[in-house]
Amino acid sequence: MELDQVIRGALFIIVGVGALVAYFWGSNFILDRTITDRLGPDGDPIESREKTRESIRPWLFVGPALLILFVYLVFPAIQTFYLSFGDKQGNVNITVPVYPEVVNDFNVNTTTPLNVDRILVIRDAIVEDYPAMADIVAEDFAGLATNGDGIDYLFKVGGVELEQDFVLLRNYEWAFNPDNDQFWESVRNNLLWLLVPVMSTVFGLLIAILADNVRWGTIVKSFIFLPMAISFIGASVIWRFVYYYKGADIPQIGLLNAIIVALGGEPQPWITFQPWNNFLLMIILIWVQTGFAMVLMSAALRGVPEETKEAARIDGANEVRLFFNIIIPQIMSTILVVLTTITITVLKVFDIVQAMTNGQSGTQVMANLMFNEMFRGQDDGHSSVVSIILMLAVVPILVWNIRQFQKQEQGR
Amino acid sequence: MMNTQIPILKMSVGAFLVRLALIVLVIVWTVPTFGLFISSFRDKDQLAVSGWWEALGTVQSNSQARTGAATDMIERDGQFVIAGNIFPEDSSESVVSFGGGFLPANDSLADRDTTGIKDYSSGDTIELADGSTFTLNKDGSYEWVSDVAIESERGERFFYVAEVPPSFSFQNYTNVFENDNIDQAFINTLTVTIPSTIIPIVIAAFAAYAFSWMEFRGRQVLFAFVVGLLVVPLQLALIPLLRLYGSTGLLNTYPGIWLAHTGFGLPLAIYLLRNYIGGLPREIIESAKIDGASHFSIFVQLILPLSMPALASFAIFQFLWVWNDFLVATVFLGTTPDNIVMTVSIKDMLGTRGDKWEVLTSAAFISMFVPLVVFISLQRYFVRGLLAGSVKGG
Repeated sequence: MELDQVIRGALFIIVGVGALVAYFWGSNFILDRTITDRLGPDGDPIESREKTRESIRPWLFVGPALLILFVYLVFPAIQTFYLSFGDKQGNVNITVPVYPEVVNDFNVNTTTPLNVDRILVIRDAIVEDYPAMADIVAEDFAGLATNGDGIDYLFKVGGVELEQDFVLLRNYEWAFNPDNDQFWESVRNNLLWLLVPVMSTVFGLLIAILADNVRWGTIVKSFIFLPMAISFIGASVIWRFVYYYKGADIPQIGLLNAIIVALGGEPQPWITFQPWNNFLLMIILIWVQTGFAMVLMSAALRGVPEETKEAARIDGANEVRLFFNIIIPQIMSTILVVLTTITITVLKVFDIVQAMTNGQSGTQVMANLMFNEMFRGQDDGHSSVVSIILMLAVVPILVWNIRQFQKQEQGR
Repeated sequence: MMNTQIPILKMSVGAFLVRLALIVLVIVWTVPTFGLFISSFRDKDQLAVSGWWEALGTVQSNSQARTGAATDMIERDGQFVIAGNIFPEDSSESVVSFGGGFLPANDSLADRDTTGIKDYSSGDTIELADGSTFTLNKDGSYEWVSDVAIESERGERFFYVAEVPPSFSFQNYTNVFENDNIDQAFINTLTVTIPSTIIPIVIAAFAAYAFSWMEFRGRQVLFAFVVGLLVVPLQLALIPLLRLYGSTGLLNTYPGIWLAHTGFGLPLAIYLLRNYIGGLPREIIESAKIDGASHFSIFVQLILPLSMPALASFAIFQFLWVWNDFLVATVFLGTTPDNIVMTVSIKDMLGTRGDKWEVLTSAAFISMFVPLVVFISLQRYFVRGLLAGSVKGG
């Protein structure tokens, strides 16, 4: 069975990559053959259609990428936004005016939320079954008809205006409700987790500077860098073993508790020990991300011109002033890049929390809340709101990124 | 040579502190992994009772044993004897002390353990109330000698402290392969990872070339858009994609997750490759064009071979990211034995068997092995990718 799977996998790679190559090669081939230059009677081209060909070709090259980006990122992002206004199943609901005559037929009452498709079915059925009411129905449903996406919520029934509850923002109300402890806890924790980019950057910079002073610096850097290859789940196993608690008064097999006992302290069940457990989870991510920060810092430090440093030294600056007044400003842009990159990772932090505590004991974060609402709560509406808020948190970084990119392009 | 000073004495205080700090940092960074690594080779019973830092030395462990029953009794020189060994054959353990159970308490000891486990030292012969004698030797052999027949249906219980010398084996790894389907999960992970790495590279390389060297309307805007997508959290796409997959039958299939990883990896792939391909000298492309080469052949024959370092950088990124991914696999591939990947499998073990360290340690290392090898052997490319992958400040 396993061999079967290996063969199946290999086959798909061949077929999949083959299909891709066939597409790129084939589409170019077809383009060259269909939009050909007009030839004169003697076989010489009389009209080149190269311009036409070359205006189509780029789209053959970028087409698949754009299609996949659209299907996997753009379209889902838009739909998530839409779903954030919906109910558990993601239906955007409005309450319809219900005619006494049809209550029984359609098993609805005045407070039944219905989605747009169902409403339109009901409208058509009413008109069919009660031709006499056709005019009134048409009038009542007029708003709906002109606003087919169903975000209309004002109806008239028999001349009396009925205002629909503003259910659209229900999920947002759920999220921002002061009583929604889970949500506020995850907001608080996500903010707390911003310590991670700061600490990773500080450690990364520190190690990059120190390691440049010794011959075996590269070996040191390799060791610090290594956790980047380890999955967050693997890292969670490693650190859960460090934090492990075996119960009071028996030998501890977790390193942290063993050290504490050796120093004369009391062992603690760290994972559930509020509020410190949050910081213990953060240590895992700092442990992983410091290597990343270090590599970028190292490269940036190497980019600081030796002459600048020499000049400062000649002017009598000591090493500390040199560092804060010369080096830091020179590598500022890299520091910002590192901070923002790790910040994005932190905002999305999920695996570690899911594996260590599943958000219990005061450690909930947005991404985990979103996951739990989706899988355990089966509530796409709640879940969508949380991911929209996550997205909003990223927007400033997104804008900054694009600005930086455009600046870079102008300098090209 | 002239200079015979010990190097460390030549060092200034500052230089010494720098070295000390670096050593401390390296220790802090590696010890957690090292501990887990050592533990994965330890005997599972030792693993549960003693810290891994004790694994290199001899460990004392408390156990209990039972003597043979009356049926094992033999007659020797007119006496009745029940003899045997509490350790299995070839055991490297040795008895330190024993007591408790059917043995009389040794009240001469000042602070006696309530279980009596330290009442007697190995080699001691103890006289029981009925006049029989019991001897337990260091090697675990015991003799219970009596003048009259010993009546014991099930044998008698006692406690002992044993010294266990360090022992390491692949037993935990063998067990995890046999009992926890880790081998299947390993193959599943590989099945997910390889296509998920190759497909985005092919698609992104063509797009990156077009963004770098072809003229078309909206090129700048579209690429800025890709830069924007770099930071979009994939959480934003999960629910709609889950619905789409549900209705198209792609849910819990390998092609489904390959495409998902392709979609999530494409922005970085396009960005990285475009930075590299766009930085190639213009003359190469221009002269090839003058020679009458088409964009397609320029790309395939010229650009692709030149871009190998960038392709390798992204390949390592994507490989590590997909191999180590937990979220996408959980959502799109599920947890059936035919589909489950290692991260998801280990997460399940953490949840249900948080104390089974012999399983967790070995499973975790099996999952880390491939990425660590890839990472260590191709670190140069990975670093290059990291440096190119972050949007550079102005």
